[in-house]
Formats: sequence, C-alpha cells, structure tokens
Amino acid sequence: MSVDVEKEMAAIKAQLEERPGAKNKLSMVVFSGDLDKHIASMIIATGAAAMGMEVILFYTFWGTAALRDPKKRAKGKNFMGKMFGMMLPRGRNRLPLSQMNMAGAGPAMIKSLMKQKNVASLDQLFEAAGMMGVKIYICQMSMDLMGMKTEEMIDYPGLEVVGVATFLAHAKESSIQLFL
Amino acid sequence: MAEHEAVKTLDYKGLACPMPVVRISQEIGKIGVGEVVEVHTTDPGSISDFPAWAKTTGHEVVEIKQEAGLIRIFVRRKK
Repeated sequence: MSVDVEKEMAAIKAQLEERPGAKNKLSMVVFSGDLDKHIASMIIATGAAAMGMEVILFYTFWGTAALRDPKKRAKGKNFMGKMFGMMLPRGRNRLPLSQMNMAGAGPAMIKSLMKQKNVASLDQLFEAAGMMGVKIYICQMSMDLMGMKTEEMIDYPGLEVVGVATFLAHAKESSIQLFL
Repeated sequence: MAEHEAVKTLDYKGLACPMPVVRISQEIGKIGVGEVVEVHTTDPGSISDFPAWAKTTGHEVVEIKQEAGLIRIFVRRKK
C-alpha cells in the first residue's frame, strides 16, 4: 500500500515538473528593430537574470539587425542580401526610435538623456546580460531572408543561430513569455 | 553604522533601473549566509524593487531607510 502511494507521488511530481510554464524562466521574442524596444527588452532581460531567472532572448525579423557588429563585414552576399545589408541598421547603436525619430535626432536625444540620468546604455546592458548568462538565440530563417550571416554578428557568449522549435521548447517551460 | 551589523556597504548612488538589482544579485553571494549588506542608492524605484527581488530570490530586505537624497537598504543573505 505505502509503495503504491510513493509511486503515485513520484508520478505526480514528474507531471508537475513537466507541466507548461513550470520553470523559473523568461523567454522573449525580440522582433522589433527600434532602439526604444531594444532598451526595454534588455532592461527586462537583465532584471529577470538578477531575479534569479534563466533568460532566453529569441531575435527575429527586424530585431536581428540589432545584433550586427558594425566592425564586421560578411562576404559572398547576393544582390538582395547586399541591399538589405545596406538598408538595415548596422547594430544596436544605429537603431531608430519607434516614435519621435526625427531623422536620427530622436535617438541621439534619448542616448544623451540616458547618459545624463545615468541609465545603463545598450552596450552596458548587453555586457551585463552576457555576464549573467542571458542566452541569445537568432532566428535562422530571418537571417536567411535578409541575407545576414553569422560572421557579421556581435561577439556574445553562447550566441546561437536556431529555428523556431528551439525557442518554443524554451517558451513552453517558461513561467514568463514576452514579445517585443 | 552599527545598525543590523552590515558586513559591508555597497555604493549604488546614481545608478538607475535595472542596475541596482543587477549589482545586488551579483554581490549577495559574496557575503555569508545570515550576514547583512547595506546598499546606498538614489534610485526611488529600488524601494519597491529590492523587496520584489528579495521575495523572488529568497533573501530578506531587513530595513529601508529614506534619508535626504539617500536611500539605505539593508539586505540579509538567506541562502
């Protein structure tokens, strides 16, 4: 009798551990190519890591441009790839604002305000995120679509190019899922 | 500063969200379990953020003292 109870308890425990959203974990889709939204996603990500959460960021579509390294160039791109490469921002410090962009005056104003108010810059937030083990995944399909290559992306610890199933597997077991 | 017998004081003055909680999360492991650290901050968000951080991570905010131009937060490492 007691053996049965123990077995059942173990089975229930296993079910609890496998239920969706069971882990102290945050999964976020970073879709936007706007500076303001990237500041928000990084503040939430580093904050969550500070709260002891495992953090997964999945960069897709316009978001991927924020991960380009302005110092790196990729070779062997086709015509469309080169066009996209020229038109999309080269990295997180060239992103426009979603509102009040004013042909680039807006981002400059926000950055100077952030400095004045001692808010961590995107560079500092990425560094903190890397130190705290925030995981960055890039959507393979977005990169293919826009002709981006892994070798033009930033150096970030553990950065990986993956498909949507990888993100979903993480999202399913996360207690928080966000889309920015 | 013998209150709560803080083993050290961390100066987070001038830092804005999310840096105070980012820093404390990295520092808390450097003191012993049961010991208290005193944090100095000027970020008003920390008054609600430190208790929220402590609740989630299992540590304890012993006391928050608001003085002119300075917020002092005493945090006990619980595990």
